[in-house]
Amino acid sequence: MTTLIDRRSPSRSPSNGPSRRSILGIMGATGALMISGLAVINPREAWGLEVTTLKPETMRTLIVMARDVYPHDKLADRFYAVAMKPYETGAASDPALKALVEEGVITLDTLAKARHGMPYADVGWEEQRVAILREIEESAFFQKVRGGLVVSLYNQEEVWPVFGYEGSSADKGGYIDRGFSDISWL
Amino acid sequence: MTAPFDLNDDSVVVIVGSGAGGGTLGTELALKGVKVVILEAGKRHNMEDFVNNEWDSFAQLAWTDMRTTSGSWRVHKNFPNLPAWIVKSVGGSTVHWAGASLRFQEHEFKTRTTYGDLDGANLLDWPITLAELEPYYAKAEDKMGVTRTNGIPGLPGNNNFKVFEAGAKKIGYTEVSTGRMAINSQPRHDRGSCQQIGFCFQGCKSGAKWSTLIAEIPRGEDTGNLEVRPESMVLKIEHDASGKATGVVYVDKDGKTQRQKARIVAVAGNSIESPRLLLNSASNMFPDGLANSSGQVGRNYMRHMTGSVYGVFEKPVHMYRGTTMAGIVRDEAPLNTKRGFVGGYEMETLSLGLPFMAAFLDPGGWGRSFTSAMDGYVNMAGLWIVGEDMPQETNRVTLNAAVKDKNGMPVANVHFDDHPNDIAMRNHAYKQGSAMYESVGAVRTMPTPPYPSTHNLGTNRMSEKPRDGVVNKHGQTHDVPNLFVSDGSQFTTGGAENPTLTIVALAIRQADFIAGEMSKNSI
Repeated sequence: MTTLIDRRSPSRSPSNGPSRRSILGIMGATGALMISGLAVINPREAWGLEVTTLKPETMRTLIVMARDVYPHDKLADRFYAVAMKPYETGAASDPALKALVEEGVITLDTLAKARHGMPYADVGWEEQRVAILREIEESAFFQKVRGGLVVSLYNQEEVWPVFGYEGSSADKGGYIDRGFSDISWL
Repeated sequence: MTAPFDLNDDSVVVIVGSGAGGGTLGTELALKGVKVVILEAGKRHNMEDFVNNEWDSFAQLAWTDMRTTSGSWRVHKNFPNLPAWIVKSVGGSTVHWAGASLRFQEHEFKTRTTYGDLDGANLLDWPITLAELEPYYAKAEDKMGVTRTNGIPGLPGNNNFKVFEAGAKKIGYTEVSTGRMAINSQPRHDRGSCQQIGFCFQGCKSGAKWSTLIAEIPRGEDTGNLEVRPESMVLKIEHDASGKATGVVYVDKDGKTQRQKARIVAVAGNSIESPRLLLNSASNMFPDGLANSSGQVGRNYMRHMTGSVYGVFEKPVHMYRGTTMAGIVRDEAPLNTKRGFVGGYEMETLSLGLPFMAAFLDPGGWGRSFTSAMDGYVNMAGLWIVGEDMPQETNRVTLNAAVKDKNGMPVANVHFDDHPNDIAMRNHAYKQGSAMYESVGAVRTMPTPPYPSTHNLGTNRMSEKPRDGVVNKHGQTHDVPNLFVSDGSQFTTGGAENPTLTIVALAIRQADFIAGEMSKNSI
C-alpha cells in the first residue's frame, strides 16, 4: 500500500483536495472514486493515487473496470487501485501499452455514452457496465487487463486474509500444530 | 567430493536432466562406480531457498522457456505458451511433485491386448510386464520411503482429506486412505517427517518429501563419480560415422557453447524437451532426428486424463493446510468398461492457494459467477482426477521452426486433442467427484478444467519392435545402441497412476542394464 498516497499525511492536507462542489460534481454511481488534479482519490478509504503518464480519468476507469471484472463486495477499492497501478508505471516505459490502455478506455466510454449518456465509470449499475465489458471481452485491451488483474489482485498478501487464506506457512512451523486437521463440523 | 570431469573425457555417461529419471539414473550409476556427468538446464536451489508463495515459487522453479501449443485442448487457449507446469531446476519436477507413489496395474502394461483396437488410439503393449518391474518398484519404494510400504505408516489426514474421505465413504467407496506417498510420516534416511506445511508444489522446505535434489544427487556426488552441471542447456547430441553417440553440445552457465564427450548419452529432459532434443539432433545420417527411424519420436504425447472438482461448503475447510495430495480414492482405478470407457482413474486430494485458485479455477473466467466461487475459498475442498488417457499419433511434440529459443534452436510445439475415451472418463469422474462432495453437504461443486500438464508422457515410447516405438524395454534407443531415454517419455501407455514411481523404478532397472553392458563392453 505504500505506493498509494495517504490522504491523511500532512503534505496532502484536505485543503489541497477538491472542493465539496467538485466532488459532488464528478461523483457517479461508483461513489467514492474521484479525480483531484493528477490523482484518483478515495476520501472514505483515505488514499490517493497520483498518475503522470496515464490520465487520471483513465486510472479511475481502470479501477472501476477492475472491480467489475472481479467484483468482491468484501474488498475495498484500494486493493483494486493497487492491482491497476502497474499500468501507470508500465505505460511510462511502454508507449504501446499506454496506447492500448488509453484507447481501451476511450472505447469503453464511447460505448457507455452511446447507451447511457455518460462515461463508463459513471454508469450506475454493475450489470450495465458488465454488459459493455462483454462486448469487448475478446479485445486485446480487455484480455490484457483481465490477465494481469487475476494475478495483481489475488496475489496481494493483504487480500489473502479477507478470503481466509493464510499464505506462507513454513516460517511458522507449518500447520502440524496449527490446525491442519481441526475441522469439526463434518 | 564432487567430481569434475573433463570435457574430453569420453568414458563418462552423460545424462541430460536431473529429475526423477536422470537424477535417479545418475546416482545409481555413480553408486556402481560409473562416472557420470548430469547436464541440467536449470539452476541449483537448496530447500532453504524455496518460497511459500505460489507466483514467486513459479518464477523460481517453473520451466517458462518459450513453447507453443496447438489443438483443441483448453490449455492452448488459456495458456498458449505454457503447455506444462514442470520444473527447470536441479531435481527437475521431483522438486514440484506432490509425492503420490503408485504402482501400475498389471493390465496397464498390456493395453492393446486388454482394450483391443480402439478407434483413434495408438495403443501398444509395453515390452515389459508388471512382474518384471515389481522388484524395481520395491527398490524404488524403499529408496523413496513410500508410506504404506516397508512398514512405514500412512500420513495423517488433513482437513481436505477428512471432507474427501467422508464423502467417498458416503457414496460407497472403500479404497480410501491418505495414500502411498513419498513424504516421510516419520523420520527416515536422514530426512525428517512432514510438518504439514501445505506448499508441496513449491518445493518442500522441511525435506520430508523425496526429491532427487535432496535424496539422490547428494548421495551420488558423495561417491566422487557424479558431477552435476547446472545451467547447462543441451542443444544437440552428436554421433560418429558408425551411428554411435559421441557426446553433446551444450550452452554453459556463462553462455559459452561446450562439447562434452561421452561413452553413453541418456536423455531425461521430460516428455517435451526429450523429443525436442532428439529432433534437434537431426543429421545427414539421421535426417528425421536421432533415434527416429520409426517416426514415433514426439508422437503419442500423453498428459493423463485430468481435471479437478472443488466443492464449496457452508463452513470452513482450510483445504490448503497440510500435505497437498495425501488422500486417494482407488475404487475407480480398475478396468470396468460398464462405465463407458476403457482404463480407470484415481481421485486425489488437491488444494491450491488463493493466487493459483484464481488463475486455474476457470481460466479466462470473470464476473460474479467466478468471484462468488472465489468468495467461498476458505469453505472449499478440492480433488484432482488422474486417469489413463489414450495415446494418439497426432498428439505430438514437434519442432516449431518459426520460433527459436535464445540459442537459436526451434522451440517445441505441443499439439493435443482429447480422445473420446478421455472425455467420457473425465465426465464420469466429474460426476463422481461432485457426488462425493454433495453427499457431505457441498452447496456448490465446480468441475475445473485440466491445468497445464504435470504428467507428460509417451513421446519416446518403449516398444518390442523398432517400427512401433523409439526405445526397447531397457530404454535403449532402437537405432543408436549407446543412446538411452530415461524419463516418462519412455511410457508406452500412461496408466491411471501418477508416473514418478514408475519413472524411478525404470531408472533403477536401466542403471543395472547400463552398468552390466558397460562391464561386458557391449556398449
